[in-house]
Amino acid sequence: MKQFLSFVKKEFHHIFRDVRTMFILLAMPVAQIIIFGFALTNEVKNSKIAVWDQSVDAATASLVSELEASRYFELEQAIHTPGEIETIFKKGEVKLVVIFPPHFNEDLQHFNKAQVQLIADASDPNVANTLTNYASAIILDYQNRITQNRKMPYTITTEMRMLYNPELKGAYNFVPGVMAMVLLLVCTMMTAITIVREKEMGTMEVMLVSPMKPFRIVLAKAVPYLLLSSVNIASILLLSKYVLDVPINGSLLLLIGESFLFTLVSLALGLLISSGAESQQTAMFISLVGMFLPTVMLSGFMFPVENMPLPLRTVSNIVPAKWYYIIVKSVMIKGTGLHTVWKETLVLAGMLVFFLGLAMRNFKIRLA
Amino acid sequence: MNMTAVSISKIVKRYGKKKAVTTALHGISFEVQQGEIFGLIGPDGAGKTSLFRVLTTLLLAEEGTATVDGFDVVKDYKEIRKRVGYMPGRFSLYQDLTVKENLEFFATIFNTSIEENYDLIKDIYSQIEPFKDRRAGKLSGGMKQKLALSCALIHRPSVLFLDEPTTGVDAVSRKEFWDMLKRLKEQGITILVSTPYMDEAGMCDRVALIQAGRILSIDTPQGIVRQFGKKLLAVKAGQMLPLLQAVKEHVAVADAYPFGEYHHVVMKGDGRQELADYLTKKGFEFELKDAEPDIEDCFMGLMKEE
Repeated sequence: MKQFLSFVKKEFHHIFRDVRTMFILLAMPVAQIIIFGFALTNEVKNSKIAVWDQSVDAATASLVSELEASRYFELEQAIHTPGEIETIFKKGEVKLVVIFPPHFNEDLQHFNKAQVQLIADASDPNVANTLTNYASAIILDYQNRITQNRKMPYTITTEMRMLYNPELKGAYNFVPGVMAMVLLLVCTMMTAITIVREKEMGTMEVMLVSPMKPFRIVLAKAVPYLLLSSVNIASILLLSKYVLDVPINGSLLLLIGESFLFTLVSLALGLLISSGAESQQTAMFISLVGMFLPTVMLSGFMFPVENMPLPLRTVSNIVPAKWYYIIVKSVMIKGTGLHTVWKETLVLAGMLVFFLGLAMRNFKIRLA
Repeated sequence: MNMTAVSISKIVKRYGKKKAVTTALHGISFEVQQGEIFGLIGPDGAGKTSLFRVLTTLLLAEEGTATVDGFDVVKDYKEIRKRVGYMPGRFSLYQDLTVKENLEFFATIFNTSIEENYDLIKDIYSQIEPFKDRRAGKLSGGMKQKLALSCALIHRPSVLFLDEPTTGVDAVSRKEFWDMLKRLKEQGITILVSTPYMDEAGMCDRVALIQAGRILSIDTPQGIVRQFGKKLLAVKAGQMLPLLQAVKEHVAVADAYPFGEYHHVVMKGDGRQELADYLTKKGFEFELKDAEPDIEDCFMGLMKEE
């Protein structure tokens, strides 16, 4: 144990004495979360919607089929109570709920006026915005069509509500994404590089010819990065809450616990990469291309996973950040508990066991 | 009593796969006795580092067996890693840690402390102690080497492996270094040291001459020189290159090669007078004298025989 601690201490010396490493570890996450303020527009296809039809008449039926006929929406289910809205949003599949009040067609025929309400899950503000715009356009289209042959125009007013993120703040979207990116960068890339550096410098050679258990050498190298990651988690959450006004709606403890789990997965990935890479450049390349790009592209943080072609959607399942992103969005923005994200948590835990096992198996107790 | 500290039997080490295989060690065998300074002498690429890595359990040999301190290098690698000291050819300490931090770190991972074995390293460490708060990367070559040796010794190893410890070190530091090794030997530590410098052979108790993965000869330095058995001359003239050409063409000459400011000439028999006459006829103004063979001459001779 004393050996192990001494190793950890040595590792901290390495980090604190290298300005560049310090910069990547501590300043970059802060910079990223502040820079990532721009919003990204994205097209939405086949989004799942739910309908609460309190009227059930000819007009609502044709409106629903119009929505369904468009390539943007797919009717997932019909609901019957207001309580269900919250429930299905928290499950996370349905992004938009369309509500028709009672007597929709009667109002339309008698008073030439009717109302429809759109409620969107705005924890991803870009998607929510796009969805409500599409839906209102379809409704407007329908209104114009039935008005054509009449003197008195029909008016259908759409009322919109953005749940969880009423002001459609972009920050709600990118905070979870940046958290995933930063943790991956710090844990996977930096850990892989620091281990491979020992191979390059020849110090691994000397370390191996010592009583220290070989795998403990690399575990000890991972510990400081785990600790620094918790600093990063804390600083991102503080910045989000007090600078970007992103609320933490769910349990803080759960959020930190899940972040910790994701950090461990990233560390295991770093160890795995280091066991295969022989030079720092290789380690960096594998981390960036193999980890960082998929995290940005496939985790759902920049481009909604729902819109991707099937092969990419399948690939996205093996990107740990995708699951972490879902978890953070649910817990932090929607305020749900473990009961809604246990599946994702289980996936991450499985990945941790798998990657760590693989890294241990691949670890070389000799030079070649 | 003589105990075997290192025993090597028919070690073969190959690198690469299938088509591009290079064989670094062609079935090497020898033994090193306890408390001996054993030199492994040969040029770059002879296989010295490969052999050291096999013995320090860092590489697996394709064929053959080896034991260090009685432990098998494959099966008992954990035991060996506890009891040997290893100093690789390249400076392999943490450059961003200070002298003291490096030493403390190595002491801890070997489950000991600087105080516990201070007497062993005192001689060496005291020379760099004034710089103990300097980062290892900022030390001079000689000081780096002293620090590396201190770190390799901090756990009082039974066998010390030094891979080319004097390469890139100035003459004064090299001399000091060998004096340090002699004092370590007195403490009962077996030392295996490799070097490309033939002139260092005399510092060892026994040496193995190694070339292209094969052992040419194993003996005491004096024994190796005694094996030479041929007449050796040294010749010098104004124009050295034409002189070498001319000498090589003479029938009585077995071999000739540059050696410091002279050319060394290995004779087939005793043809000194004939050679002198021949060179005079060729118009050289030369100096010719008898020479004492040293390890390098032996090495050149053995290499040629191979």
